[in-house]
Amino acid sequence: MFKHFINLELKAFFRSASVGKSIGLKILMGFLVVYFLLVFLVLGIALYPMLEKVFPGQKPLTIVNSFVIFWLAFELVFRFFMQSLPVMNIKPLLVLPIKKESVIHFVLLKSLISIYNIFPLLVIIPFGVFNIIKGNDGTLNMIVWMFGMYILALIVNYANFLIKKKFAENIKAFLPFVVLGMVFFGLDYFGVFKITTLSGVVLDTLVLQPILVLVPILILAGFYFLNFKYLKNNFYLDNSLQSKVEEAKTSDLSWTKRFGEIAPFLQLDLKMIWRNKRPKTTIWISLIFLAYGLMIYTNPTYKDTPAFSVLVGILMTGVFMINYGQFVPSWDSNYYGMMMSQNIPMKQYLASKAGLMSVSVVILAILSTPYLYFGWNVLAINLACATYNLGVNIPVLLFAGSFNKKRIDLEKSPFMNYQGTGATQWIVGLPLMLIPTLIFYGIYKLINAEVAIIVIATIGVIGLVLRNYLLNTIAAGYTKRKYATINGFKQQEN
Amino acid sequence: MIQVNQLSKKYNGTTVLNIEHLEIPKGQSLGLVGNNGAGKTTFFSLLLDLIQPSTGSIINNGILVNASEDWKPFTAAFIDESFLIGYLTPEEYFYFIGDLRGQNKADIDALLEKYEEFFNGEILKNKKYLRDLSKGNQKKVGIIATLIGNPEVVILDEPFANLDPTTVNRLKKVIKELAENKDITILVSSHDLQHTVEVCDRIVALNKGEIVKDIQTSEETLQELEMFFAV
Repeated sequence: MFKHFINLELKAFFRSASVGKSIGLKILMGFLVVYFLLVFLVLGIALYPMLEKVFPGQKPLTIVNSFVIFWLAFELVFRFFMQSLPVMNIKPLLVLPIKKESVIHFVLLKSLISIYNIFPLLVIIPFGVFNIIKGNDGTLNMIVWMFGMYILALIVNYANFLIKKKFAENIKAFLPFVVLGMVFFGLDYFGVFKITTLSGVVLDTLVLQPILVLVPILILAGFYFLNFKYLKNNFYLDNSLQSKVEEAKTSDLSWTKRFGEIAPFLQLDLKMIWRNKRPKTTIWISLIFLAYGLMIYTNPTYKDTPAFSVLVGILMTGVFMINYGQFVPSWDSNYYGMMMSQNIPMKQYLASKAGLMSVSVVILAILSTPYLYFGWNVLAINLACATYNLGVNIPVLLFAGSFNKKRIDLEKSPFMNYQGTGATQWIVGLPLMLIPTLIFYGIYKLINAEVAIIVIATIGVIGLVLRNYLLNTIAAGYTKRKYATINGFKQQEN
Repeated sequence: MIQVNQLSKKYNGTTVLNIEHLEIPKGQSLGLVGNNGAGKTTFFSLLLDLIQPSTGSIINNGILVNASEDWKPFTAAFIDESFLIGYLTPEEYFYFIGDLRGQNKADIDALLEKYEEFFNGEILKNKKYLRDLSKGNQKKVGIIATLIGNPEVVILDEPFANLDPTTVNRLKKVIKELAENKDITILVSSHDLQHTVEVCDRIVALNKGEIVKDIQTSEETLQELEMFFAV
């Protein structure tokens, strides 16, 4: 049975309209993966000698054991944002004589074939081998420890799977985990309850009593079972499952009329975002990313590298723009044929998309003004980045969109809808962030930060002045590739 | 109103549509019949410039459809459910189309009132999104949306499919009324010979992409067509 599934997956990938784009991204991902593999391998090899040097007199294993809990928490968050879950189109399979169980097992096992499950191995194995060579603990004990650690990583894999599913249904489901994590961190920080000690003691015991490895194995089995049960209960199409139909809430959007000709599209886009799960999450992600600055500005390492603040500035003011803009016009893919046969000038359609993104940039820029607390420079860079986003990145995203041929199913159940919630969407955003950062860095090195800020802002203003011209050019591209786009959007994909 | 010249569409060397010449005068109601794969939807897609012709062209009211977009203001079509926007309520959808066609809210309300019987109370003021309506009700919305903004060319692909018998009869009435208006050219495709003969002045039968019959509707038309499609 699994052989058939694998066969289907390969065909779905190679026969999709966007295979060229996907392969390009995969290659780029490949480079990143190699880079991270190296980073983790170096970390794994250097960990033992490093800990020995920094904490003389303490057993490196004990130190590692006590911080494992934070590592796991970090890994969970990291996976949550970066790891895309395996997807499968279940509709055609539902009525075929295939056991639901085998489809679910396939999806769950497929999630193991992920690069994120290899990273921990690269740290665990070298570190464990170091311990064996040094002879601190028995060889068997260390092998069991390595095994146990890897089981923990797999637990995170399935925990993430479960959380992501629940999160897709309801953002509030994620909140308890965040609160719980913060409470533990707080308790540890203020020394009320040392979770690091607990983690250390538990894992030290594992080294002494290898038989205890059964406990994580049982937990892993438990998580697997929970996932299995959840998927099994949701193994239906939405329509047959939904007993109650969502009541339509109509809100008055007549205020958009003041935007003139683009008003109907703006209203449509707002409704699209608000009434569909998939685009709605981009709003939440934007708000979460506003806090990104806190992580960076409070960190003294970045004090002397203002170029890095440009990256942060572009991301903070442009996170919605990046997440939304790279899927234009796929958001309208379900009814793109209708849009193309209606009396819609392409430029107006694009202008409304640009308008929506511009508004988001302005709002996020305003919301980020409290970072003034970290100095005028920070605020100036953020505002310059916002201008750059408005003038340059929005047209760039719209231009790139004219090559979009991949359908987005807004109405698809959360069961299988993870298009663009993995690492790829950030990679698409990389050039948008890196180019201004490099420009800034160059001028900053040659002259100074003030001039660099002015240059970034000026480029943005030039883009704004040229927007009309740019939109005309981009619209011509959309019209030219119209047939390919319509054809691509017709393809039902996973 | 519509002239078709040397029009053909090929996919990987297979010809799916090949029409030497077809002229549809203004005000005519034309029924397009044929089996699956006869090229009906392909023809409509070409007419709406959703796909590119391999050869030839279509001229809609003097405008070459794949060269200019000026045919859009007076042409309205409903091909399938992908012409609907699932996350809007029916009212919002009608107003949206109205906005695009330069109609204000009052115009739309007046139009919708006229078709209240056709909707059978299942469409308006139900607080449901289009995606939650049944296929038949979605179709009703799509069909009426094509009448917004006084179009001169109305294109309906398989309008009778998926509808209940009562609605089919109501739809026939709606199309007949439209056909009486000599400013409106109607193109309807269907598998159902009887429905098509009832509402159209002229029937064109397609088979494997070629026009095999082109007849003005008369008493004998239905019989003639049934003979043609008999096994």
